[in-house]
Formats: sequence, C-alpha cells, structure tokens
Amino acid sequence: MTEPRIVVCVKVVPKPEEVRVDPQTRLLERANARAEINPPDMNALEMALTLKDRLSGTVEILSMGPPYFEPVLRVGLGMGADHIHLLSDRAFGGADTLATTYTLAHGIERLRSVDIVLCGEESSDGATGQVPQGLAEWLNWPQLTLVTELEIDMERHVARGQRSIKGGYEILEVPLPCVVSVKTASNEPRFMDFRLKAQAASPGRMKVWDAAALKTDVNHTGLAGSPTRVSGLASAASRERKRERLTGTSEEIIKALIEVIRNSVM
Amino acid sequence: MVDSLIHPHEAKPEIWVYLEHEGGNLQTVSLEILGKGRQLADEMGWPLCGLLLGEHVVHLAAQVFEHGADRAWVVEHPLLGSFTIDAYAAATFQTVMKGKPSVLLFGATPDGRDLAARLAVRLRTGLNADCTDLRIKRESGVLVSEVSGFGGGVLALIEMPDHRPQMATVRPGVFPVPGSMPGSQGETISVRVDLSPQMIKTRIIERHTSSTIDLTRVPVLVAGGRGVGPDFTDLEQLAHLLGGDVGATRPPVDAGYIERERQVGQTGVGCSPELAICCGISGAFHFVVGIEKAETVIAINSDPEAPIFDYADYCVVGDIHKVLPDLVQALQAARELTHD
Ligand SMILES: Cc1cc2nc3c(=O)[nH]c(=O)nc-3n(C[C@H](O)[C@H](O)[C@H](O)COP(=O)(O)OP(=O)(O)OC[C@H]3O[C@@H](n4cnc5c(N)ncnc54)[C@H](O)[C@@H]3O)c2cc1C
Ligand SMILES: Nc1ncnc2c1ncn2[C@@H]1O[C@H](COP(=O)(O)O)[C@@H](O)[C@H]1O
Repeated sequence: MTEPRIVVCVKVVPKPEEVRVDPQTRLLERANARAEINPPDMNALEMALTLKDRLSGTVEILSMGPPYFEPVLRVGLGMGADHIHLLSDRAFGGADTLATTYTLAHGIERLRSVDIVLCGEESSDGATGQVPQGLAEWLNWPQLTLVTELEIDMERHVARGQRSIKGGYEILEVPLPCVVSVKTASNEPRFMDFRLKAQAASPGRMKVWDAAALKTDVNHTGLAGSPTRVSGLASAASRERKRERLTGTSEEIIKALIEVIRNSVM
Repeated sequence: MVDSLIHPHEAKPEIWVYLEHEGGNLQTVSLEILGKGRQLADEMGWPLCGLLLGEHVVHLAAQVFEHGADRAWVVEHPLLGSFTIDAYAAATFQTVMKGKPSVLLFGATPDGRDLAARLAVRLRTGLNADCTDLRIKRESGVLVSEVSGFGGGVLALIEMPDHRPQMATVRPGVFPVPGSMPGSQGETISVRVDLSPQMIKTRIIERHTSSTIDLTRVPVLVAGGRGVGPDFTDLEQLAHLLGGDVGATRPPVDAGYIERERQVGQTGVGCSPELAICCGISGAFHFVVGIEKAETVIAINSDPEAPIFDYADYCVVGDIHKVLPDLVQALQAARELTHD
C-alpha cells in the first residue's frame, strides 16, 4: 500500500492579542506584534501529523508569504513535518483570495503527486475561510470542508470526513486528491519535540519558490491578480454604552439588576 | 489584471440572492439578505432576484416574492436533491452565466461559504466574505462591502470595481428579517442545467441535523465565559426565567462545556437581543462583536478592570457563582409575587 503525501497550507499571522487598535486612528498597529502560525492551521497540521503517525508518508508545509515567515514555519518541522515550501516573491504581495489560491495551486501542481491538502478553517487576520475552496477550484479537485475527523484510505484512494453543517454534521467521502479544511479546535496541537527541533533549523528542510520557479503568470498573482480593493477603513463604531457601575450591598445590586432587566425586556 | 468571465459592461443591473432552504422553508439568513437586497434594489432602481436550487422547490417561489423579490430563478434537478458542492457549484455557475447579475449575495453558512468561494474562482471574480454591511454606489453601481478585521476592532470597506458579479457572503443575524407581504407576486424563471452523475465527486454517507439552536434572534442572551467553569446550569436557569437562551465565549465551547452553536462572536454568531447578560467574560474583541447589536448589556465579572465593562451598560463587579444564584432566586420570588 502506498503512503500518503500530505501538504498542509500554513499562514503566518501576527498574534491577535498583540495587535492593538489605535483608539484615535482606529488603525491596526501590528508592527510590534510577534508572528505565529495561524492558530487554525495548527489544527490542520496536527490532523496531518496524526494521519502520518497512522499511515506513514510525508507531511509538507506550503506557505505563501514574505521571507520572515521562515523561522515561524520551522515550528512545524519541530512538530514533525518533513519539509517546508515557501512561495515568496514581491510579485505575490497584496494578494486577495483569487490571487492567493492561484499561487498556492501552482505550488501544489509543482510539487506533483500530492494526495491531500489540508488547510485551516480561516486565517485569524482575514478570517474569510475561502482559500481551501478556491484552491480546490483551481486544482479541479473535490473538497471536504469544516471537518472534525478525517480518515484516508490509500487502497481505495478516498478521504472520508465529518463535516460540520448548520445544526449538525454529515459524513462525506471524496476521491483523492482533495482539499480539506479542518474545523478550528477539533484537536489539540502537539508541542515541538526537542529532538526534532535540533534538525528543524537545517537549511535543507526548506525550499523557497519564486515566481520564476513556480512559472506563475504576473497577471494572476499579488495585487495585479486581485479583483478586490480595500477602499477604506472605517472605525468599528462600537455602540456607546452607559458603563454604569451597580454598587452597594449584594441585595441592592440584585435589586438594581432586576430593575434593569424589567426595563429592558418586560 | 485577470478579467472576470462576465465583463462589467455585459452584467445586468440586478441583485441576486442565493436562497438556502430546509424542510420547505427559506432559511432565516436568506430572508435577511432578501430584506437588505430589497433596500439596495429600491435605492438603485434595480430588480431583486432570488436564486432557488433543489429537487422540488418551485413552490418556494411564493415565499421568495412575499419577502420582496421581483423574480425567482428556479433550478430544479434530481441531482440537486441534497447539497453537494459539485452539483451546486455547477448549477449555480450555469445559471449565473445565463443571467449575468451585477451583484450576487450568499449567507455566510457552511454551504453558502463553500459555494460562494468555489464559484468566485470559477467566475474569476472577487468575494467579500462574512460582510456586516452592504451599500451600492449610486453613480457606478459598485458594491461596497463592510467586513470586520482582526477581531472586529477595525472595519474594512472592500470593492471590486472591474469584476462581475460582485460577490459577497453575509453574516447571519446582521440584517433584520423583512416583514412578509402575503400575496405578493413575481416572475418565475425556470432554468435547465446540465448535470450528470459523473460530475458528483462527493458521496454523502450520513447526515444528521437535529440542533435547532439559533441565537441570532433570541430576545435575551445569557452569555458565559471561562469564568463560569464547566457548569452552565445557573445561566440556563436565568435564561429560562427571562425567556432567553444561553450563549458562550470560545473557551467553554473549545473545552466541550457547551455546544458550538452557542458560540457568540467573530467566529460564532452575532446576536441582537434586547438584553445581553455577560457572565465571567473578559471582553475580547472577538467576543464583543457578537453583542454589538444588543440593546442593553449587563456584565458581571470579578475583575474590576475587565475590558467587558467598557462594552456594557450596567456593570457588576462580583463573583458570578454568587450573583447568579441570588439573581435567579430574586427573580423567582418576584415572579411568584406577580402570579399570586
Ligand atoms: C481567530 C480567532 C477567532 C475568535 N473568535 C472568537 C469568538 O467568536 N468568540 C469568542 O468568544 N472568542 C473568540 N476568540 C477568542 C477570544 O480572543 C478570547 O480568547 C475569548 O473571547 C475569551 O473568552 P473569555 O472571556 O470567556 O475568557 P477569559 O479571557 O479567560 O476571561 C474570563 C473572565 O472571567 C472572569 N472570571 C473568572 N472567574 C470569575 C468568577 N467567579 N466570577 C466572575 N468573573 C469571573 C475573569 O476575571 C475574566 O475576565 C477568537 C480568537 C481568535 C484567535
Ligand atoms: N498565504 C497563505 N499561505 C498558506 N496557506 C494559506 C495562506 N492564506 C490562507 N491559507 C490557508 O487557507 C486557510 C483559510 O484562510 P482564509 O481563507 O484566508 O481565511 C488558512 O487556515 C490556511 O490553511
């Protein structure tokens, strides 16, 4: 029986809790935020590594982004991934979903003979959750989204997963190769292994692909390949709240609470 | 630049809404978008069209018209009996290529997101995901979508001036459900699509939908955070007394203390209750966006510095394990008095 070749799409994002919103300008201050692997992608990585524990095979990380992603991505090697492919070129900058999925799909096509691609549910800085489906479309592969559990059968060459839907779930089976998105928090990502960590720094474990190596069309990548434009940032006009403290003895507080409840719902 | 398959000049000035339905009724989110779509269509003087896919769905067109649409594009096919991305993407693509709408809207549900994301690439156009508001520029017909970034602190406005259709998914619960106008009529357009069993790659092995939890419309939301611990009984009691329901932040959901459908916030649901009572919740942006539309917010937290107090109308510094039982007891007592 052949062993699966698994690719996990991983994005590097600023730590959300360290991204501050300037109260005056309402702009993002992300310069001081440290970078981390997009937390939902840790669930995808964990699911891939669990499959590898069971079936052998390889787990490769695929990421599109600037060179500073590299040290962060190496955490994935420390967890047990075998290799990193970083798609990095100035031409890829400013990409929206259409351009991102085009570029990632080229990466997967260049790798050849990939059996399954796992993505996170969404990226914490964009939180759009459309990359996995877009990727599947460019590749013309079937998709399996929002899965909490996944099995692959290399003999029958199929993947079977449990997909979350409105008010329940469904169990779906699709032929390989396919693209999967993993439901956030569906597993507990493992820690780095200190033995693996030592090898994780080795230069041979990572390959950077630029536009020339990927043979991408400049009209399809980066800002040029992106139909959408950010035309403005509006302040999240958060509703002004009264911020009134209810104080006194506990009886007085309960009384005041009941008064508020009466006035708002009864 | 990549051109969309539909050129802006050939796109029709029409707004289309993809309609999800279950058990013979249109889904709430679809009605919400029809309501918003009607408003945009009136502003622009454009027709509003509903897009209905399924096996036997033409009878739903009456509901579509009663909720404001001028036309219903109806696609019936035996292979559309249950949702598979393969069949639905193919059928929607073929219909959109026939009708060439300028604007195409979906609910940001699991199926709506999957379909919209796949279709946007097939049509080589853009997709604004999980929008919280929509507007159309009068002069240019350009759709401006508002999306919340980074936990909701910042709103970005996004446009795609040169691509059609202008696609967006809309977050459930952000727009009100329009009143129904019984007897409203419209035009039904039946579309024949080309689907074959070979196109369907997805095999549905099992399907379970039982949960009817829907917090988007509860009148009273009693939300609990990590401070509640594993036991939500006090919150359930309070919610029950007030005719509301229980929601939660992400940590209790991740810990398995409560169902995922109850998560409120950026990756959960947005609620618009008369009253939200937040118990043991710190007030992260990711959560707060979900109660932005609440009429009144009460927060109970033992930490006087908790950020949630900045997003509340009435703030109680205290231990919820004490405040909640007291409150429940007092409410019960008050209720017995009024019932006497
Ligand atoms: C991409 C992304 C998406 C996310 N989406 C969501 C989302 O949709 N919804 C969401 O909620 N979160 C979301 N989160 C997580 C979010 O950032 C916060 O971590 C989360 O909201 C915090 O939950 P909490 O307030 O319950 O817990 P904590 O931040 O741990 O706060 C617990 C609070 O309880 C108080 N407390 C403790 N004991 C008591 C007591 N006995 N009595 C009274 N008060 C007590 C403490 O003072 C504290 O303020 C998301 C995060 C990311 C990265
Ligand atoms: N630049 C990127 N590089 C690699 N994977 C990505 C990138 N952007 C998005 N993804 C993958 O797509 C998933 C969904 O992202 P998004 O559609 O941006 O919310 C993420 O969880 C990642 O697995």
